[in-house]
Amino acid sequence: MVTKEKSADTKARAPSVEVVPPGDPRDRGGPAQPMFMVRDLKKHFPVRGGALNRTVAKVLAVDGVSFEVVKGETLGIVGESGCGKSTLARLLMHLIDITDGELIFDGEEVGVRNGIAMRDFRKAAQMVFQDSYSSLNPRLPVEDSIAYGPRVHGMSKKEAKNLARELLGKVGLRPEVFGPRYPHELSGGQKQRVNIARALAMSPRLVILDEAVSALDKSVEAQVLNLLRHLKRHFNLTYVFISHDLNVVQYISDRVLVMYLGEVVEIGPVDEIYAKPKHPYTRALLKSRLSMDPDERMDEAPITGDPPNPINPPSGCRFHTRCQFAETLCKTVAPKLPEGARPSDHVTACHMYNQTAGHSLFGKVPPAFETPVAEPASSARVAAKA
Amino acid sequence: MTDNAYVARVENLEVKFVSRESTTKAVNGVSFTLKEGEVLSIIGESGSGKSVSMRALMRLLPSKAKIGGEVEVNGKDVLKMSGRELTRMRGKEVSMIFQEPMTALDPVYTVGDQIAETVMRHEGVSKEEGLKRALELLEFVRVPSAERRLKAYPFELSGGLRQRAMIAMALSCRPSLLLADEPTTALDATVQIQVLILLRKLQKEMGMGVIFVTHDLGVAAQIADKVAVMYAGRIVEMGPVRDLLRNPLHPYTQGMLASTVHGQDRNTDIEAIPGSPPDMRNEIRGCAFAPRCKHATELCRTTEPPETSPGEGRAVRCHLVSGMTGAEQDAPAYA
Amino acid sequence: MSNATTSVPSGLDAGGLDQLSPDVRSYWQMVGFRLRHDPVTLFFGAVILFVILAAIFAPLIAPKDPTLTSMIDRLKPIGYKDYLLGTDELGRDMTSRLIWGARSSLLMGLMPVVFALLIGGALGVIAGYVGGKTNMVIMRIMDVFYAFPSILLAVAISGAMGGGMLNGLISLTIVFIPPMCRIAETATTQVRGLDFVEAARATGGGTGSIIVTHILGNVLAPVFVYASGMVSVSILLASGLSFLGLGVAPPTPDWGLMLSTLRQAIYMNPIVCALPGVAILITSLSFNMVSDGLRQAMDVKL
Repeated sequence: MVTKEKSADTKARAPSVEVVPPGDPRDRGGPAQPMFMVRDLKKHFPVRGGALNRTVAKVLAVDGVSFEVVKGETLGIVGESGCGKSTLARLLMHLIDITDGELIFDGEEVGVRNGIAMRDFRKAAQMVFQDSYSSLNPRLPVEDSIAYGPRVHGMSKKEAKNLARELLGKVGLRPEVFGPRYPHELSGGQKQRVNIARALAMSPRLVILDEAVSALDKSVEAQVLNLLRHLKRHFNLTYVFISHDLNVVQYISDRVLVMYLGEVVEIGPVDEIYAKPKHPYTRALLKSRLSMDPDERMDEAPITGDPPNPINPPSGCRFHTRCQFAETLCKTVAPKLPEGARPSDHVTACHMYNQTAGHSLFGKVPPAFETPVAEPASSARVAAKA
Repeated sequence: MTDNAYVARVENLEVKFVSRESTTKAVNGVSFTLKEGEVLSIIGESGSGKSVSMRALMRLLPSKAKIGGEVEVNGKDVLKMSGRELTRMRGKEVSMIFQEPMTALDPVYTVGDQIAETVMRHEGVSKEEGLKRALELLEFVRVPSAERRLKAYPFELSGGLRQRAMIAMALSCRPSLLLADEPTTALDATVQIQVLILLRKLQKEMGMGVIFVTHDLGVAAQIADKVAVMYAGRIVEMGPVRDLLRNPLHPYTQGMLASTVHGQDRNTDIEAIPGSPPDMRNEIRGCAFAPRCKHATELCRTTEPPETSPGEGRAVRCHLVSGMTGAEQDAPAYA
Repeated sequence: MSNATTSVPSGLDAGGLDQLSPDVRSYWQMVGFRLRHDPVTLFFGAVILFVILAAIFAPLIAPKDPTLTSMIDRLKPIGYKDYLLGTDELGRDMTSRLIWGARSSLLMGLMPVVFALLIGGALGVIAGYVGGKTNMVIMRIMDVFYAFPSILLAVAISGAMGGGMLNGLISLTIVFIPPMCRIAETATTQVRGLDFVEAARATGGGTGSIIVTHILGNVLAPVFVYASGMVSVSILLASGLSFLGLGVAPPTPDWGLMLSTLRQAIYMNPIVCALPGVAILITSLSFNMVSDGLRQAMDVKL
């Protein structure tokens, strides 16, 4: 199945989005078929209230999201709290019912009668959760938590346990030491490694990481990120990496999707988005990153205000309330992502980039950064010192 | 101010949490000083004792905590204060802002009432006067349409506005010392920078001392004058923010900087610090960082490194540094 | 993955061995450790054990036949002749009657709680995990029973079905099912929302499998603590039923029944008359104290 990889220093992981993993027997649709296609996905949560417990409003948690996940890539999803990225993760995993839209896994639709069987989908797609406290059953030794999935799918007790121990080794935990331990004995980073092992136990092809490193301390975060990169190659995985941390997303992703209030505002290859962000929201997000240089202090916030409440999102473009380029057009007409864009294209849902929309700044949008993007951190200098 | 110019002075602080099963030495000999109008950022990972050290300044610790050492605020010994003196000090001379304002604000009162109540309690003014001050304060922390927000309940505000309301409440009595416990960690990136800039401006305007606890080096770089790095209950390195972040001396600080994801090359591993922090329930011998340090020697594993001062206003606890600068130097604290 | 090795990839080791205690301690081992170091709970646990042993070995330790009457030795005080604790209104040996009485009292204290735990707990877990309409149907039915005070409900059911031990047992079980169900439902709802249950669903685990592997272990502690507290209530209620003549029928020795029959003699020999009450008090108090100790020992953050 999985061939043992040669060494860690194989340089050639070209960050190209057209990369297709070499022959995987589980592959059905062929290299050109996206691993996951999401079409016009919607999730509306009713807000109940009043004496009769009627639906008085709807939270548009995810509202018409479409994108593709190419085989073998890491798609980063960024956005602030309330933008619907965690709901999106659960929708992708089919853990909550979708209100509307289609999910197509390797050519087969998920959650319909003649689509992919739920049992097969549950093996092929796995999820790693954020909160390391509640993500493991406190009453089970961690190896039993890992072995649970394979047991459900009919593996014998002994086999499942062996697999669990093998995976513990793969995620950097000595199996004989950590296997029989209970979660309360492990540190946050160690628990997160167990979570990863549990997802891998199903030999998935797609792993959805929902803020998987956000709760960890920085030094541990780096360890887990390195581990995730190695595992991806080792097990031939495709990642959907959801995070609010722009630096982490930049490091781990091949392509990035930016969400704002339940909608996709921009999607494209990571380097293009980080160097030349188009959407004013993406620009503000990137400018809000804190520099580690005390001489680069900001005196003016890139944008003011908080993200609005998703219960009653603003009309037209949902970002117009905070956008410095907003015009009357933006308040009334909702911009859309251009149709027919390929995964390697850098596209945005903003009137300023749509010739037919009629925004006065079309073709005249000032660049996001006056100076080129900051050099890769002071880490090199620090390392040299040490 | 009194004869000594320090807003806060902590000398050899020790905090132990004692329970039936174990004793956790959360803070182990921490010393620092804070001058008027100075911003000290305490950086550390979870469990490093940074929050506990700060809370000791207000004696806001559970009863099972045993505090030792000296803690002075405005020249007064906090550890010897009576309950009444403590209450008077809290909120008036020293106030605190938290990571999650929802837990610090009372959900059943309006924001205006809560701020007014604090002003009334400490300054003995009328309710009317208190509400007037509350409005001023909300405008002071740049809450848009402050008049309307005065009558809002905490749950009706967004995260950023709640944090501003809490800052307004904390500043209502013009404290000389503000303790901030990761106040921007739970905020979104675009809101975090707004609150940081606001805090910096308010601090300058009011000239108060601030102790800002965070795990994020970027936040410290934005706000701090000096930085103390904590590891396993000790300050391992302290110095002016520029020197410390540009030229870190302790291997832990260096490791923290290197492992913070910050535009590294995507095709190489990040330089992570291996292993995890020690369990504070166990006795630690030698340098607490030695098991994770790539430079560790036999000396590090057996003897705790003394504090040395390798430069103006700097202090490090590392055998490597003391070896380089000469251990005999053994300078006292930083002026 | 057959040819993959179990070795830890170099440079990716999590380390942290130093912070693990040498022995693996499961939750229940930890609870055991805490209980062993809790003298109060241990003391009252010993009292309960003493009562249970007395009940089991009643035929061996009771000095006399508990139903043997004596017209001469009626209502004798403590220490009269060889009657260690005196005699009752029919001249029966109080010592033997108290020892034998522990049997029915314990039975009536424990069995309804055990049955209610099984039935109510199962209903609660199902209601909590499945949720939706199932939850509503189960919990609304429970609410109907909740509407009556427990002692009234027990009396009403026993009264309708007639006296006797079995009917008393059934009525008490019915009384205890709703609170047990409520506790189990609350605990299950909490656990169900946690990520590890969601993760189990994401691996394709079915309802039954998830309940057995992931829910029960986490729901057991709160439900068990609650149940242990109910034992004392059950003993009191059972005594009450017997006192009213709805529980155990005479001449079977039962603490509640004894209290009832001896009450006429309260002015003649108050100390002897109070003895069954003291037995009830000590036993139910002990169960209460042990329940408190268990709650503390089992208190572990999820």
